[in-house]
Amino acid sequence: MVAIADAMVAALPRKRNGAVHFIVRLFREKPLGAFGFVVCVVFLFCGLFADVLAPYGYNQISPVNRLKPPSAKFWFGTDNLGRDMFSRILYGAQLSVIIGLSAAGLATVISVFIGVVSGYLGGKIDMVTQRFVDAWMCFPDLIILIVVVSVVGPGMGPVIVILGLLYGIGGSRIVRGAVLSVRENPYIHAAQSSGATTPRILWRHVLPNVMAPVIVLFTTRVGAVILAESGLAFLGLGVPPPAPTWGGMLSGSGRSFMYLAPWLALAPGLCITVVVYAINVFGDALRDLLDPRMRGSR
Amino acid sequence: MQAYIVRRLLALIPTLIFASIIVFATVRLIPGDVIDLMLSSNDIGADKKSRAQLEAALGLDQPVLTQYVRWMGALLTLGSLGNSLWQSTPVMEEILHRLPVTFELGLMALIVALIVGVPIGVYSAIRQDTMGDYIARSFAIIALALPGFWVGTLVMVFPSIWWGWSPEVKFMAFRENPVGHLVQLGIPALILGKAFSAVTMRLTRTMMLEVLRQDYIRTALAKGLAGRTVVMRHALRNALIPVVTLVGLQAPVLVGGAVIMEQIFVIPGMGQLLLEAVSQRDYPIITGVFLIVGVAVVVINLLVDLSYGLLDPKVRYR
Repeated sequence: MVAIADAMVAALPRKRNGAVHFIVRLFREKPLGAFGFVVCVVFLFCGLFADVLAPYGYNQISPVNRLKPPSAKFWFGTDNLGRDMFSRILYGAQLSVIIGLSAAGLATVISVFIGVVSGYLGGKIDMVTQRFVDAWMCFPDLIILIVVVSVVGPGMGPVIVILGLLYGIGGSRIVRGAVLSVRENPYIHAAQSSGATTPRILWRHVLPNVMAPVIVLFTTRVGAVILAESGLAFLGLGVPPPAPTWGGMLSGSGRSFMYLAPWLALAPGLCITVVVYAINVFGDALRDLLDPRMRGSR
Repeated sequence: MQAYIVRRLLALIPTLIFASIIVFATVRLIPGDVIDLMLSSNDIGADKKSRAQLEAALGLDQPVLTQYVRWMGALLTLGSLGNSLWQSTPVMEEILHRLPVTFELGLMALIVALIVGVPIGVYSAIRQDTMGDYIARSFAIIALALPGFWVGTLVMVFPSIWWGWSPEVKFMAFRENPVGHLVQLGIPALILGKAFSAVTMRLTRTMMLEVLRQDYIRTALAKGLAGRTVVMRHALRNALIPVVTLVGLQAPVLVGGAVIMEQIFVIPGMGQLLLEAVSQRDYPIITGVFLIVGVAVVVINLLVDLSYGLLDPKVRYR
C-alpha cells in the first residue's frame, strides 16, 4: 500500500525544466523581482570569486595611499591604513555570502524540524514546544544576539550558529502553520491508514507539500541574516577585524576618519542596502509566484 | 473581560518561566571569565585564594540550579535582580533609571511609524496601481533594506562635514532643556521609526484593499456617503485592527533597534547599559536587562490584545 502511495506521488505530472520555466515567468510577470534576482546573482558571483576579482588583498596596507578619494586606481577610495575599499567590499561580500547562506540554511533546517514535528505530532509536544517558542520570541533578536555573542565570544562560527538558532526557532511558526493545514489533507490520512511510519509520512508527504513556504522563508532569512550580522559587526560583536565585514567597516577605528574621508561611510552601507533590497524584492516575487496564500504577509 | 484578563495572565506564567530559564541559562551555563576580568583589571594576582573568595562573595561558587532558585526567589519576593558585580549597586534601580529613556525613544519611533505609515498606506490602497502607489511601495521596500546604523552614521558624519553641525552627544534631560531633549531623541526616533513605518504602510495598504472590496463599503457609497467618510469611518477602522497587532509584533524589533541608536547617539538608555555590561561581563545586569525587556514585550502584547475590544465592537472577551 505504502509503495503504491509513493508510486502515485512519483507519477504526478512534473513540469520539465522547472527552473528555466520559473525564471522566464519571473522576468515576464515580476520585473522588480527579476531585478532583485539579477542583483542577487551578481552578489553571489562577487562573493564566490572575490579572491580573483579583488585588485588588492583585503588587508593589504599601503601607508602612502592613506585616505585617498575614489579614483581610477582605487574605485571606492582607501581607508586610514591605505587599504583599497573596493577590494574590502568584495571580500566583505564573500563573508556576507558565507554567513548569509549558512546561517539562513541552518535556520531553515531548524524551522523545518521544529515546525514539522510540532505541527504534525500536535498534542503535548506541540504545546510545550510552542510555549518555548513563545518565550523565545518575546526577546528582541538583537538583544539575544548581543547577550549570546558576549558570552560565547565573537567569530564567524558562533555568529552563524547563533543567527541560525535565532531565526530558526522564530521561523518554525511559519512552517508549523503550513504543516497544520497539510496534515488534514486526505492523502495524509490515506498514508496513515495504509500503515506508513511517521518519519516516512513526514519525509515523503508532509515535507514536499510545505516546500513553497520553506523556500520563501529561506530567501527572506538570507536578507535578515545579512542585516543582523552587519548590525552585530557594527557593535563590534561580529566577525572580529581585520575581517572586512560590511557592518564592521562602518564602526571601529574607521569611524573617526569618516569626517576626513566620507567615502568610507558610503560604500559599505550602500552595499548592505542594495543587497538586502534585492533579496527582499526577489523574495516577494518568489512568494507571489510560489505560494499565493502568503501574499501580503511578512 | 476580567475573567479574560485573569486567564491571559495565567497563560503567561509558563511563557515567563521559560523566558527566565532562557535568560538565566544563556548567560550562566557557558563558562564566563568575569573573575579573571575583575582580577586582571584590579591588578590582583589570580591566585587560588583571592579567586575563590571573590567567587564566594559574588555567589558564583554555587551550583547553577541554586543560583537560579536564589535569583528567582529574590526577584519574586523582593523584586530584586541582584547587585551589579562591579559597582555593587542594585540592578533593578539601574534598570528603572534607564528604562524611561528607552521607552520614550521607542514610543516616539512608534508615533513616527504610525503618522507616516498609516496615511501613506491608505493613500496607496485608494490609488491602487497608480504611479503614487508604486512610488510609495518602492520607498517602503527601500526603507526596510536601509540599515538603521548606517543612516545613523550618515546623520552623524555628513551634516558635520557640510554645515559643521552634528547631533548633541551630551544627554539633556527633559526638565533642563525640553526642546533639546526632544530633538536629541527625535533624530534617532525618526531613524528607528523608518523601517517600522514601511511595515505599517505595507500592512495598512493590504488590509485597506481587502476591506474596500467588502459589501458594506459598496452599500455606504451607494447610499451617497462622501468618499472621505467611507474611507475614514467605514474602511480604516476595520483595517486598523491587524495594524495594532503589528505594534505588538514589532515591539521587540523596536527595542533591538533602540540599542543601536543609543550607541550611535550616546543616549543613556537600556541598550547602552546592556552594551556596557556586556563588555564587563556584568552578568546580573545582563540577565536583568534581558529579563525586563522580555517581560515588557509580553506586557505590550497583552495590552495589544486587550485593545482589540476598544477598536472592534465585534470582539467580545469571554
